[in-house]
This record gives sequence, structure tokens and C-alpha cells, in this order.
Amino acid sequence: MADAIVAEGLVKTYGTVRALDHLDLRVTEGTVLGLLGPNGAGKTTCVRILATLLRPDEGRVSVAGIDVLAEPQRVRKVIGLSGQYAAVDDNLTGYENLEMIGRLYQLGKARARQRAYELLERFDLAEAAKRTVKTYSGGMRRRLDLAGALITSPPVIFLDEPTTGLDPRSRLGMWEVIHERVRSGSTLLLTTQYLEEADRLADEIVVIDHGRAIARGTATELKRQVAVERLEVTVARDAELETVRVAVEKVCGEVPEVDTLARRVSAPAGGTRVLLDVVRLMDAAGIEPVDIGIRRATLDDVFLKLTGQAAGSGEHAPEGTAAAGGRRSRGDRSEGVR
Amino acid sequence: MSEVAGALHDGWIVTKRNLIKIKRIPDLLIFSTIQPIMFVLLFTYVFGGAIRGTGVAYKEYLMAGIFTQTVAFGSSLTAIGLADDLTKGIVDRFRSLPMSRAAVLVGRTTSDLLNNLLVVLVMGACALLVGWRVHTGPWGALAGFGVLFLFAYAMSWIAAVIGLAARSVEVAQSAGFIWLFPMTFLSNAFISTSTLPGWLQPVADWNPISSIALALRDLWGNAPQGLARGDGFPAAHPVLLALLWSVGILALFVPMAISRYRRVSTR
Repeated sequence: MADAIVAEGLVKTYGTVRALDHLDLRVTEGTVLGLLGPNGAGKTTCVRILATLLRPDEGRVSVAGIDVLAEPQRVRKVIGLSGQYAAVDDNLTGYENLEMIGRLYQLGKARARQRAYELLERFDLAEAAKRTVKTYSGGMRRRLDLAGALITSPPVIFLDEPTTGLDPRSRLGMWEVIHERVRSGSTLLLTTQYLEEADRLADEIVVIDHGRAIARGTATELKRQVAVERLEVTVARDAELETVRVAVEKVCGEVPEVDTLARRVSAPAGGTRVLLDVVRLMDAAGIEPVDIGIRRATLDDVFLKLTGQAAGSGEHAPEGTAAAGGRRSRGDRSEGVR
Repeated sequence: MSEVAGALHDGWIVTKRNLIKIKRIPDLLIFSTIQPIMFVLLFTYVFGGAIRGTGVAYKEYLMAGIFTQTVAFGSSLTAIGLADDLTKGIVDRFRSLPMSRAAVLVGRTTSDLLNNLLVVLVMGACALLVGWRVHTGPWGALAGFGVLFLFAYAMSWIAAVIGLAARSVEVAQSAGFIWLFPMTFLSNAFISTSTLPGWLQPVADWNPISSIALALRDLWGNAPQGLARGDGFPAAHPVLLALLWSVGILALFVPMAISRYRRVSTR
């Protein structure tokens, strides 16, 4: 299958900050790529370049086989974009927003109307269709924004942190809608800070940090990189820690990590056998664990290991234009003007 | 679709969107209407007796000036509206759509023109109440308003460039407004330029505001005679000059605003 999205050697610099540093991406038609990274990793900058909003300093970009830098207007016809900040008009109703976007996608009047109603229905906004967006909750705005991106059922969709700030139920709803789109054949590039989201939605994941790809693969492959299942034992008394440490080292054959504060001993484990063995040793020593088990690696572990920090807690240099949050476009503008 | 047809089609859709906002939040329209009414009343009753030497009743002389000033000030709406749009996510949406790159500007300037139209209508009614009259019949009246609205539209594009350059709505608000004070007062809008110091007279006579105001006075039969008219070419051909100014401003600022919007949108 062909690649629906190709980016090669993307570089984008803001002053002294290198938002993107020779980033390469490829997304096969009909699949989902999850772009995972902490705040300021360059995710938004990347999406803005792919969606024709920003020009890179260096690099080549093509979407659906069209050169993005040479023919942005043709690209705009085949993409849908839903950004980090809901790009909807507060003073219009939900229906008016969608109808306007449809018309600006050059759909005819009747078709734009019809799609607006269909999507309002599909996104559970039919009841709020005639209310101004000002009165919408955060989740409703996000859904409306996503609906706007899907008006023409575009073959290529970019979603920049589509569920950031949503409650768990709204998030599940969004996932369902996104899933459905992909099943019907769209190619999707999704950025997220939520490892669970990438795990659920993405066929392939690229982890980026400081504008560079630092790992890529399926969720399973990435978890395998960090290796691992770990045996974890938590005990009730400090005095028991040493005995347990010795027992864990014996069964796992590796030097365990000891967290004295949490009174927890852990070590990489090869299979569930070690669990039985350690239970026997502890039983013989008369120690009853507070908690014991084999823990599988989550993408959080992958993330921690790769970037040296917990996901979402990144306080890196400002992410390209996103430095000022919702006012990000102002930053662009002032640079454009100079 | 050709460039121009696309700009008009998409521009109209953006215009409708802007008009809906005026309908839902009419405050701005209300305040932009109060201001010219205030000027009509203040100048008629406060300065009316003090300012003389225009050769016609000051009331008659004045209204063309206030109409011109009103649409000039009204242009700052464009700067504010654009700057406001640019701080919001909706412009990212517009930028990612296969729509004309001029549409946001065409839409903004068009809805502001319609806003201006309403304001002028209310102000005209108020002027009639305090005694202003058109003495040249309906065609003269229409021709005058045609000149006025062409100028209003041209000014709106200057404000568009300011709005695109401003880094916040607050900056756009002051920057879009402040230069209009010297521009409107250093003209024949409220006074005869013959009362100014000699070196300042040609500046005021060639000021586009003076040309528009004098053209309106000629077209409406409110024009002063003799010295009070000013001197030279601007006094002899105000309507021609008024049209040239408006067309010239459009020819310069429309492409400038569009190219600035493009740059803004691709950075």
C-alpha cells in the first residue's frame, strides 16, 4: 500500500529553539500513526506543517501523493484537521459552524446542510444544534471541532491531541468515532500525550522528543524494547524488606530495585514461574505480602525510559508556536510580520 | 473557479458569519452608532456658535465632515475584528480549508461596510433632525453616499493591514484608531482650512478626508464658497480627487493585506 503521509528531514527553528530536527515520518494508507511526546516535543509543529499551516525550514512533505509545499491548496481538499484548541466559532450555533465549514470546503448548499445535520446527529450534538457554541461544554466543542474536520469524509485526517482535557467518558466517545473513521478507510495521524490513547488507536507509534524521533514501532514492539514484565512485592514492615530482596534476587537472577519508602522490591521477571517461587520462599520465612504480582510494561514505562521523564510532565522549551497556548497563532503572526 | 469568483463566494460566507456575530452581540454596533450621534449633537450645539467663516450655515457644513469622520473611525472595526479572529482557533480552521486566501479579508471588510451603512443611516436620521438637508435631490444624495461608502471600504483595507500587523486585539484597537485623530482633524471636516497656519493649509487641503468631505458638500449642495473652500486642485475637483484617493488606497492596500495574510498563514 502507498504512503498517505510522507515527511522527510523536517526542520523548523524558532529563534534558537529547534522545534523539529530532521524528523521523518511515513504513514501507510488506511493506518493510524500515533505521534507521542511530552509537551514541547514538536508534535503540534509537525501537524501544522503537514496540514499546510506552517512551512518547514527544510524537508519534504507530501500528503495523499501531493507535494504540500508546492500545492497546499490541493492538499487542503483532501485533509481534515482538528487541533489542540477547538477551531469553532463561539458566536455561531453548532449547525452554523458545520454548514459554514462545509461551504468553505466548496460543498454545495444542500450538501453542506445535509452533512452538517448528519454529523451533528452522529456526534450526539443534534439537540444542541441550534445553540451557540459559547454554551457548549469542553467535550461538546471538541466533538464539534472533530465533526468539522470530517465534513467531507477526507481521506487523510490530522488530529492534534484530540482528547486532551476531556473527561473519561467523552474520551471513550471520541475514540469510538475515530475508530469508525479509520475503519472506513481514512489515514490518520494522531498526536497525543496519552500512552493509553496511542496504545488503543495507533497501528504504529513514533515517540518524539526535542523534535527528533527517538523510537518507533507498534505498541507491542515498544513495550518489548523496555522488556518487560516485572515482579513486584510490597511488604508491611521495613524489617521484612531485606529478606524479600534476597528472595527476589534468588528467583529472578537479577539485582532487584528496592523502594524503601513504598517498601517495594521489584526485578525483571521471565514468566510467571518466579511468582510461585517467591511466594514459597516468603511463606517459608513467614512473611505475608501486602501486594504481589507480575506487572506488564505500559507505554508509560517506555516513555520514561526513552525520554527520561514521565509522560506529560515535560517542561521543555516551548513547542514551536504553541508557546503561548491558545494564542499560538499570534506568535506566528508577529514573526511573519517582521 | 477563478481567483476572484472564489474570493467572492468564500468572502460572502465569511461575511455572513461576521453578520451573525453582530446580530448576536449588537453592543459594538450600538456603541459605534452612539459616537457619531454624539458628534452631531456636540458640534451642532457646542461648537456650532463658536466656529464661523465657512460661508454656509455651520450645521450644513459640518455634517459632511462628521459623515466622513464616522466612516474613517468605523474602519478601526476591521483592525479589531481581524486581530480578534487571528487570536482564535477558527482562523486555523480557515487556513486548513480549500478556500480563497482573500476570503477572510473580503468577508471582514464587507461585513464592516454593512455595519458602517447602518451607522450612517442612523446618523443621517439624526442629522436630519437637527436641521441638515440635501439640496440636490435624490441622485445627488445617492452620489454622495456612494463616494462615502467607497471611501469607507478603502479605509477598511488600511485597517486590515493594521489588524494583521498588530500582535493583540488591544494593540489593534489603539493602532487602528489613534492615527485617525490627526487625520480627521487636520482637514476641512470641521473647520475651513483657510483658518490654519499657511504651511499647514496644503497638507489639510490634500488630506483625503478633506477631499471626501468637500465632495460630499458639493454633491449635497452644502458647499462653502470663496476662501472657505480652500485652494487649488483639491478645491476645484473634490469629487474626482475623492474617487482617486479611494481607488488608490484600494489598489495599494488590498494586495498588501492579502499578501500579509498569506505570510501570516504560512509561517
